[in-house]
Amino acid sequence: MSLDFGPAVGLSCRECGARYPLGPSFACQECFGPLEAAYEFGEVTRAAIESGPANIWRYRSLLPVPADVADKPNMNPGWTKLVRAGNLGRALGIRSLHVKDDSGNPTHSFKDRVVAMAVEAARNFGFHTLSCSSTGNLAGAVTAAAARAGLEACVFIPANLEQAKIAMARVFGGRLVGIEGTYDDVNRFCSELIGDPLGDKWGFTNINLRPYYAEGSKTLAYEIAEQLGWRLPEQIIIPIASGSQLTKIDKGFKELVALGLVEDTPYKIFGAQAAGCSPVSTAYKAGHDVVQPVRPDTIAKSLAIGNPADGPYVLDIARRTGGGVEDVTDAEIVAAIKLLASAEGIFAETAGGVTVGVLKKLTETGQLDPEAETVVLNTGDGLKTLDAISGDARPTAVIKPSLDAFRATV
Amino acid sequence: MSVSVRIPTILRTYTGGSAEVSGEGATLRDVLAKLDSDYPGIGARILDESGKIRRFVNVYVGEEDVRFAQGLDTPAPDGTQISIIPAVAGG
Repeated sequence: MSLDFGPAVGLSCRECGARYPLGPSFACQECFGPLEAAYEFGEVTRAAIESGPANIWRYRSLLPVPADVADKPNMNPGWTKLVRAGNLGRALGIRSLHVKDDSGNPTHSFKDRVVAMAVEAARNFGFHTLSCSSTGNLAGAVTAAAARAGLEACVFIPANLEQAKIAMARVFGGRLVGIEGTYDDVNRFCSELIGDPLGDKWGFTNINLRPYYAEGSKTLAYEIAEQLGWRLPEQIIIPIASGSQLTKIDKGFKELVALGLVEDTPYKIFGAQAAGCSPVSTAYKAGHDVVQPVRPDTIAKSLAIGNPADGPYVLDIARRTGGGVEDVTDAEIVAAIKLLASAEGIFAETAGGVTVGVLKKLTETGQLDPEAETVVLNTGDGLKTLDAISGDARPTAVIKPSLDAFRATV
Repeated sequence: MSVSVRIPTILRTYTGGSAEVSGEGATLRDVLAKLDSDYPGIGARILDESGKIRRFVNVYVGEEDVRFAQGLDTPAPDGTQISIIPAVAGG
């Protein structure tokens, strides 16, 4: 089999540095550490990137994908809006604030970015089925991308997910299996399925394709920097589920600096969790460098991973960059969804309520510099988590169609 | 006390390809010690130099992640299934 992963030339263990050939493997044989793509980049220029398509493939020379990736059937995600959030900034007392709004992706969450990498890896390895364990958004991104790529799909979710996420995962076809348990139970199930003949020739986006899949989150870093005018933000607030996205955004910023595409300016990375599932925040505040798993209980289901695999790296990055990790309650999440919506016209899912809620909390507690250029991520669409604001899911008044009736409500 | 131990793909080189082997011991610590004597070297893949479970390994006794129970001192009753699984991210 001849593999074409573009600039990616191998896999390396993030923990101990052991090197492996490109393949559908995800854990180091020496230490169980996570494997990630290792690259030999050619010359990459701003001009070459700027002349690329208005999606993540403008960064194909920085990703584990073949050079002709844009010609293949895929979802072409990315290049979502970086919204200048002047109203929200004024409300919170932050001088310069942007929202990176990833609800604008094809299946309305950032997951389309990572799944696009997994599709190319599945094609490379000759897999026939695309699969995942999912807190919801990933399941829909996988079934949609599989449909377009002509792959089979079989995805696994906790059975109690939001209705909209279940519908989104079903409508594209393929098999959707609800597991009685939490995401961590689903993840464990899939980890065992992968070693079984039942899962032969299956690509699990976040397991055996993870070294490729996870790289897709780097495109958030690339886009934010390019959209700021080839500059790194001074502060960024990123949600934490498994911690993979935060870890890869940091990797993306570092690559841009190493390749000379942006100036080497300091940035602080802040992680955001829901109080009902805050193992990383708890470890950060306690000064630990390992994460004790928890059983999640929060409305922010897309972040409800009680045993976050990249938690230790999140702690390292938050401390190295001078950022932090903070959490907010479900009530603060709902308030933040409404604040963002009323200030900027952006309807975030609960994960966006978490990041905006944490932004507010960091500002109020003085952990954030209100004078510094700040970016906050919204990674999904509020239409998928309507239950969170169900109290507001009704008209402010119901009247007869008469002016008098309306006047009486004013 | 006999238990069964599920072996992840990357450790099956130690077990001659077996996905599940039988083990013995009153606690997880004892089971892992016996496993290492049956399949020399496998213990050092699961435990670090100080004898703690490596940070990217999840071990379950029955349905319970042992970090919710008593870690290596978690009892391993007769007939229990123990699973050793690499940590994976996702969402």
